[in-house]
Amino acid sequence: MRMSDFVVREAIVPDLPPTNKEGVIRAMVESLRAAGQFRGADLEDIIRAILKREFLGSTGIGRGVAIPHTKHNSVDRLVGTVAVSHKGIAFDSLDGEPVYVFVLLISPQDRPGDHLRALENVSRSLRDDNFVRALRGATTREEIIALLDRAEH
Amino acid sequence: MNDAPLLQKVVITNPQGFHMRPMAAFAQLASRFQSSVKVSREGQSVNGKSILDLMLLAAAQGTELTLEVAGPDAQDALDALVKLLKTPPTEEEASEPSI
Repeated sequence: MRMSDFVVREAIVPDLPPTNKEGVIRAMVESLRAAGQFRGADLEDIIRAILKREFLGSTGIGRGVAIPHTKHNSVDRLVGTVAVSHKGIAFDSLDGEPVYVFVLLISPQDRPGDHLRALENVSRSLRDDNFVRALRGATTREEIIALLDRAEH
Repeated sequence: MNDAPLLQKVVITNPQGFHMRPMAAFAQLASRFQSSVKVSREGQSVNGKSILDLMLLAAAQGTELTLEVAGPDAQDALDALVKLLKTPPTEEEASEPSI
């Protein structure tokens, strides 16, 4: 699995406005809905599920990166999107620092293996400081898509 | 003092695998010890104090991981980390849609 297999290109959010945790998650999930990845009626339920997961422990794993996620039966394959904030957003990260790069994942109910492989793939890309720096500097969807394509090994 | 690393194999029993919440708990617990903590799967070895590293393992249910702990508090660290990995998810966690 590669990041471009599950990141929905049309749903990438290149420039998040200043907001809070819920605002980031809402913007990303709405962007996936606008890209036709699930029924509109499921929007609020998905946002709620992701926020509930955050309540159990922030997915802000440090280094300016967060990976909000949930399982949800509205998708039949794992879908994700990427968002970038240039100012950084408070996300209760484990290192207490703001988050600049977000990767949001929605997994089908019974495919834990796919979710784990997506996390592996996200890690392979995000462990590269140059890649994260480049993402943080990107201002358009096209730039982010080009970076994701280039990051594939 | 014996500096040889302590090794222990652990099989992941959680149906969701070794996913992000237990990874975060593992990395935070490992970071409380002075000893180095390595976790390996089929020869791939990562730093047990880093969530980003642990994500590389993609360890589904049934995967065997090897913990390798070395340092002054190695035995305490190993015991605590093995215990954490063997703790089954609570009933609430198991029934939650969250992962």
